[in-house]
Amino acid sequence: MALQSLDIVRRSATTTPSPSVRRMPEVAKLIDVSTCIGCKACQAACMEWNDVRDDVGTTGGVYDNPPDLTAASWTVMRFSERRGGGGLEWLIRKDGCMHCQEPGCLKACPAPGAIVQYANGIVDFHEENCIGCGYCITGCPFDIPRLSEKDGKVYKCTLCSDRVAVGLEPACIKACPTGALQFGTKEQMREYAAERISDLKARGFAKAGLYDPAGVGGTHVMYVLHYADQPGLYNGLAADPRIDPMVSLWKGVTKPIALAAMGAGILGCVLHYVTKGPNDVPDEAGREEGRK
Amino acid sequence: MTGNPNDLQRFTAWERGNHWLVAICFILLALSGLALFHPALWPLTQLFGGGVWLRILHPFVGILIAVLFVSMFARFRTLNLMSGSDWEWLKHVPEMVGSGGPMPPQGKFNGGQKLLFWALGICLLLLLLSGLVMWRAYFHPPAALARIASLTHAASGAVMIGLIIVHIYAAIWTPGALRAMLYGTVSRAWAKHHHELWFNQMTGSRP
Amino acid sequence: MASLAPTYGRGAMTNHWVDIRNADLVLIMGGNAAEAHPCGFKWVIEAKKHNRAKLIVVDPRFTRSASVADYYAPLRVGTDIAFLGGVINHLLTQDRIHHEYVKAYTDFTFLVDEGFSFENGLFSGYNAETHTYDRSSWHYQLGADGYVKNDPTLRHPRCVYQLLKKHYSRYTPEMVEKVCGTPKEQFIKVAEMIASTAVPDRTMTVLYALGWTQHSLGSQIIRTAAMIQLLLGNIGMAGGGMNALRGHSNIQGLTDLGLLSDLLPGYLTLPGEKETDYGAYIKKRAPRPLRPNQLSYWQNYEKFHVSLMKAWFGDAAAKTNNWCFDWLPKMDKPHDVLQVFEDMHQGRINGYLCQGFNALAAFPNKAKLGTALARLKFLVVMDPLATETSEFWRNFGPYNDVDPAKIRTTVFNLPCGCFAEEDGSLVNSGRWVQWHWKGAEPPGEAKVSTDIMAHIFVRLRELYRAEGGAFPEPILNLSWPYRIPVAPSSEELAREYSGKALVDLSDPKDKTRIIRKAGEQLDGFAQLRDDGTTSCGCWLYCGSWTQAGNMMARRDNSDPFGNGQTLGWAWAWPANRRIQYNRASCDPAGNPWNAKRRQIWWNGSAWGGSDVPDFKPDSDPAEGMGPFIMNPEGVARFFAVDKMADGPFPEHYEPLESPIGVNPFNTNPLAVSNPAARVFKGDRDAFGRAAEFPYAATTYRLTEHFHFWTKHCRINAVLQPEQFVEIDAVLAAEKNIRNGDRVTVRSKRGEIKAVAVVTERLTPLTVNGRKLHQVGIPLHWGFKGAARPGYLTNTLTPFVGDANTQTPEFKSFLVNIEKA
Repeated sequence: MALQSLDIVRRSATTTPSPSVRRMPEVAKLIDVSTCIGCKACQAACMEWNDVRDDVGTTGGVYDNPPDLTAASWTVMRFSERRGGGGLEWLIRKDGCMHCQEPGCLKACPAPGAIVQYANGIVDFHEENCIGCGYCITGCPFDIPRLSEKDGKVYKCTLCSDRVAVGLEPACIKACPTGALQFGTKEQMREYAAERISDLKARGFAKAGLYDPAGVGGTHVMYVLHYADQPGLYNGLAADPRIDPMVSLWKGVTKPIALAAMGAGILGCVLHYVTKGPNDVPDEAGREEGRK
Repeated sequence: MTGNPNDLQRFTAWERGNHWLVAICFILLALSGLALFHPALWPLTQLFGGGVWLRILHPFVGILIAVLFVSMFARFRTLNLMSGSDWEWLKHVPEMVGSGGPMPPQGKFNGGQKLLFWALGICLLLLLLSGLVMWRAYFHPPAALARIASLTHAASGAVMIGLIIVHIYAAIWTPGALRAMLYGTVSRAWAKHHHELWFNQMTGSRP
Repeated sequence: MASLAPTYGRGAMTNHWVDIRNADLVLIMGGNAAEAHPCGFKWVIEAKKHNRAKLIVVDPRFTRSASVADYYAPLRVGTDIAFLGGVINHLLTQDRIHHEYVKAYTDFTFLVDEGFSFENGLFSGYNAETHTYDRSSWHYQLGADGYVKNDPTLRHPRCVYQLLKKHYSRYTPEMVEKVCGTPKEQFIKVAEMIASTAVPDRTMTVLYALGWTQHSLGSQIIRTAAMIQLLLGNIGMAGGGMNALRGHSNIQGLTDLGLLSDLLPGYLTLPGEKETDYGAYIKKRAPRPLRPNQLSYWQNYEKFHVSLMKAWFGDAAAKTNNWCFDWLPKMDKPHDVLQVFEDMHQGRINGYLCQGFNALAAFPNKAKLGTALARLKFLVVMDPLATETSEFWRNFGPYNDVDPAKIRTTVFNLPCGCFAEEDGSLVNSGRWVQWHWKGAEPPGEAKVSTDIMAHIFVRLRELYRAEGGAFPEPILNLSWPYRIPVAPSSEELAREYSGKALVDLSDPKDKTRIIRKAGEQLDGFAQLRDDGTTSCGCWLYCGSWTQAGNMMARRDNSDPFGNGQTLGWAWAWPANRRIQYNRASCDPAGNPWNAKRRQIWWNGSAWGGSDVPDFKPDSDPAEGMGPFIMNPEGVARFFAVDKMADGPFPEHYEPLESPIGVNPFNTNPLAVSNPAARVFKGDRDAFGRAAEFPYAATTYRLTEHFHFWTKHCRINAVLQPEQFVEIDAVLAAEKNIRNGDRVTVRSKRGEIKAVAVVTERLTPLTVNGRKLHQVGIPLHWGFKGAARPGYLTNTLTPFVGDANTQTPEFKSFLVNIEKA
């Protein structure tokens, strides 16, 4: 992490600036759903590069396997069958961390330095600082982080921050056989996406577009969708993701205010005592009772 | 002072023990909760052996306080039912805080104590329920519920801490109160002054 | 590959992977490239991205390929000829063909023997006793000059064009709908999209795989598509072609090197048992041209054959002993895997060496295979993995319910390395021979396969030397020149395949000029001689390792013409030509049909361009030499003459297990199913009927797994852990099966249990007036490995072979299904 220690723009549960003198361009992974064949090479590459292995599960009547993200499966393919105007469609979406520009996980995290965001936009978990409270799960608008039952730490896609730091593309990008996964600066990816979208529009997908939701300040994992107006078709991709108001309230200005209120309360008590003195029994009453 | 045979028994040993167990739990919970509440208080995690131990211990202590409080609740519930005189007393609180009295006569517990009792009960209930939802080691709530629970837990925790500050200050501000909870007894004068109806009841005096 | 050779002259993918990106239209049918060839499929995506190509998928299932297709149409399993025949009919009746191309480069104008006929489902010459054809009437009419008669006006009723038109006039859109279950408008939409490439500046590539091969008429299905591509002028063109996507990374190498029972390396063929005369053997295989000025390249057969014999037997091969012709086995019949297991089943085989082959899982009718293996005295398994075959004798509960006490077969396991643990070459679908270097040593006691084979050979030779035995000569005289006899290196073997000069070779045009000194590697098969002065283990690979070094190891991906031919990347057979028949990319005068996509062209004195000409490089277009140089006609064949066992024109026949029981194209009880399909006695009884097994089933592969290998691998097991079958929602509702329930699938031969995947991707089809459900059965599970144990799906499949390749009919059979 040495290379990255100078470009931390956000750090969980930290109120002072982190080392951030090093600047770098924002990066992005682009997932072109229209050229993805759901081969799961990205899943395999993810397991291999990160050296994590999920359990051999069961088949539940769908191709999705493992059926959900886990602490060892940081990306999974989501398959959705749909009968549309042009006949049957099998929409396949690679799911995983979106690397939000305004990460809800980081906002929710109470452990200093357990979640950081680098200048290139990658949101990374530093599990050695993680206390396993799972607040990040609560904070995430995409339901991505998963708590490991083995070590009580939370895991998710790192966008291969270790590879990116040394100038490589993430492992999933490297493995993708069709080029449905692309990686580069966010600017390059937007340009590439524009080409793909114009191709899709020429093929009759009038609503094709880029998924880079503004509600979380944009993401560093973006989708090219045939139906950008209905992200929910892609196995419930959030239409307008944002940090939930509950989370903002929970983790926002209310915290210092509440803390100040508590402090003020204690201070008030002290002042009251000093100025008013104790609520003691009046002398006459005491004496009278004492005689009995 | 403690040995005065005329003193009145205000709390039994069981009651006092229960109270102080709840109090210890509360302090542990409050400190550990505050450690996660704001980064400025993160160093409090060191009291619990670090953040991970804190995360592990906090919910179990929470369960413990709930159980202990249930016992206390059963013991004190009827004593804390609000009556007309309690509301009357509450109306005079500003005067009491400002000039120290005089207050309408009260039973074993005054209106403020009773209100506190119920407020703490509600807070604890909310904390328990929301805390269970947040306990990710054992529960996997839907996101919306987890978010409501998290906010509820933080808010009711903050309120409860505020209430306890009032509670503790009231005990400090009122000499003899702490002694009641430590040794169980109060002087007759103290009883007559602060809880006259209870004093009458205990001594058979008529007003 | 027994379908492309009778059509174009060679049996291999005509183009190559990278070239797919040049296509304007991609047809995936009889394959599921996205699923089974995800890496190669990138070139389809490239075509879509950069060439605005459209992708059509026609498949019984809505596949992963279909998920990124521009258009999808369903069809019933095993009815591809009806569909493709319908396309031929559409192209001919709508006149959407490349006229100049078919006239100049195919047998359209040729006249066919008057004796040839086709009536009510049968071609002339059928023998109902032997289930074979006498093919003597399946010929062109020859003139007195020995050349084929033709009619350039195409009006003669016996010309190929007229016969073709008549044959496919029955394949109307209505018949397609009736037989295939493809709604008529969907069929016409596909046919129209295909027809759009009949113009010179648009090409379609056809990608297929085992979905066409594994039928009782697989070769004929492929031939039908090959004919469509000829009608459209898409053969020889960049972005066109008939592209067989091979399932194993080196399966093309397997056939190239003659690992089929009737082949010698380089598609030379073994003599039949009646071919005892060497001269006649050669003459039959070195045909004279059937039209004037044609190359008929197989005329050089003897050069390739003699060079092969010199590589095998060295000095022992001499003109005086007909280059050891008598040592070659003479075939009584094909001894392919089905035949070998039939013989084993009958107790006629004692020992079986099973190398890199999981026979118990890979061939049909597991029960029969298991019984056959149990009748062996010994079984030797060379494999990197503990395969089902090596443990066929062990009881694995319901998955392999055998009694080990009753099996006497001794099994020897010889663990070998896998491809990544040895240096060597792999031949990809596109005929590229690519060298690779080992990434690790074989683990434990494992040895690379060549070492194991060499050890066995050296010991056997010692035994023959010491004890004599029957017919020791071929063993004792086998050339074995390797520095370490028990460990021939891949380099030594590769140099041997490529070939060398045995004496100083002089230029035939100028005897004083020495082109190669004795012992030097040859540059290509043009240098091979039939006088024993050259040695070459596989003439097709001649030039893959020249005096300049290992051509297969080249890694120059420069692409000066921007059309993806990259002549400096590895090496492609034949002669580093990347697109076969590329002469056909030009008009007869030698100008490219499509100036934007030029490959080779005539520059006034020679052929050249972005590819190596698959042609005589100095043949002036005025000479009229045809682009299909391997065919004696010089042109491609619509009429396959006698090259196919089951007819010169592809005809639809029902699968051996037909869900409708009749063939709507005829009323002949002999011609419901392929009349020439090979069925062994006894296996015919094991065919199910629709009354008992009403659903059409097909087997297939999934992206997450590779055959029966990767279930041994944790990651693949995680990605697809448990056996399942796919059924449509209507059938599921009828049978009260919910998604994720366990179901029992039964065929006449056995049953399996698996999880049901209820999906919209399969839909009921209306076939011959009735509603038909199809059941999809992925095949990757077994009782060994890291994935959850499952049943070998060939428990269900029928033991029947294609008439030409003997490939089993895995893709179309009958089952019933119930909730387990």
